[in-house]
Amino acid sequence: MILNWKKGGVLLGLVFLMAVVLVKPIGVSTQFVIFDGILWDAVNPAVVVEAPDAKSGYASPNAYLNKSGGSYAKNVANPLNYSFVFVLAMIAGAGISALLRGGVGREERTMPAIWRVNYGDTPWKRYLTAFAGGFIVLYGARLAGGCTSGHMMSGMMQTAISGYLFAAGAFAAGIPAAIYLYNREA
Amino acid sequence: MTTIILAIVIGAAFGFALDRVGATNPGYIISMLRLGNLHLMKTILLAIGVSSVVLFAGLLAGVIDPGHLSVKTAYAGVIIGGALLGLGFAAAGYCPGTGLAAAATGRKDALFFTAGGLLGAAAYMGSYAWVKGTGVLDSIAGGKTTVGKIAGTDYPALMDGVSGEAIGILLGAIFIIIAFVLPSRLRAERPVEADEANQPNDAIRL
Repeated sequence: MILNWKKGGVLLGLVFLMAVVLVKPIGVSTQFVIFDGILWDAVNPAVVVEAPDAKSGYASPNAYLNKSGGSYAKNVANPLNYSFVFVLAMIAGAGISALLRGGVGREERTMPAIWRVNYGDTPWKRYLTAFAGGFIVLYGARLAGGCTSGHMMSGMMQTAISGYLFAAGAFAAGIPAAIYLYNREA
Repeated sequence: MTTIILAIVIGAAFGFALDRVGATNPGYIISMLRLGNLHLMKTILLAIGVSSVVLFAGLLAGVIDPGHLSVKTAYAGVIIGGALLGLGFAAAGYCPGTGLAAAATGRKDALFFTAGGLLGAAAYMGSYAWVKGTGVLDSIAGGKTTVGKIAGTDYPALMDGVSGEAIGILLGAIFIIIAFVLPSRLRAERPVEADEANQPNDAIRL
């Protein structure tokens, strides 16, 4: 059973607050880039190299990893940093929570009920949609410079103009898309 | 070392909270976006409101270090990227954080979302130089701008003479009020048979 919105909202708000009070605002989507960089660098060690002249001490032939003085390149080289470990711990925390509440049902694990009533019980269709959705979500998040956590929650919490712009874009596209794609209610 | 311990504690708390509020269930996210069940919307609005009020009250009281704030730059790509994210968010029912968290709860479709996400992030790495050349990454509205002027930071303010802390508390209070007055749904429930007509135009009934 999930928390009602009052308890859940206070809990989630306190976590976002705790993060900014103790360290810095929460963000997740950058770590997809860092993980990609780690994989890429494992295949091709020239992707991240030590560069004493760079601000971060690291450089990359990839313009994105190399931006801001190579700060992403540095995190690829040293993944045991706050932001990367934060995301690993988030994954563990969600797993522990699910275990303690008895886990997700067998049918739900493949697809949510609302998918099933709209598109039937074929797993590969759901998997393909989830994959394509993941692609545009992360492409969009990196273009925007943040995701739901970093821009919408952390950003609007700090009264950042970028946070309001991001939320406006996300809901302006997301609401009509969801209404169009999911005609039937679960 | 301390920062790694903080990462573990705060990260685990975040993942736990995401799961407990229902955000790891794509059904709640899709239902929020199709306006059929606003549980998560009310949760998110309350979370932003509560954290904002306490954050700015703490800054005013001097018990929170303004150096911990981190305001992101505004540019056209924020809106375009937000819209792309919104489309995928609606189709998949996951965002980057909740997708990873949901995969940990045993949801297999979330693993596919994560794989797609890694490929999407890689595609952005590959196209970054081109995107930058289009100018959509150029700052607008002053860049790292906040609504009011926050003491102890260099962030430019949209309303320069206004206290950023006061406006932060006010906006936080407004988020909390919206969370309370927002109904649990904005869309009338329809019998399944009626859907066969497939008329999206009559879908939203306030």
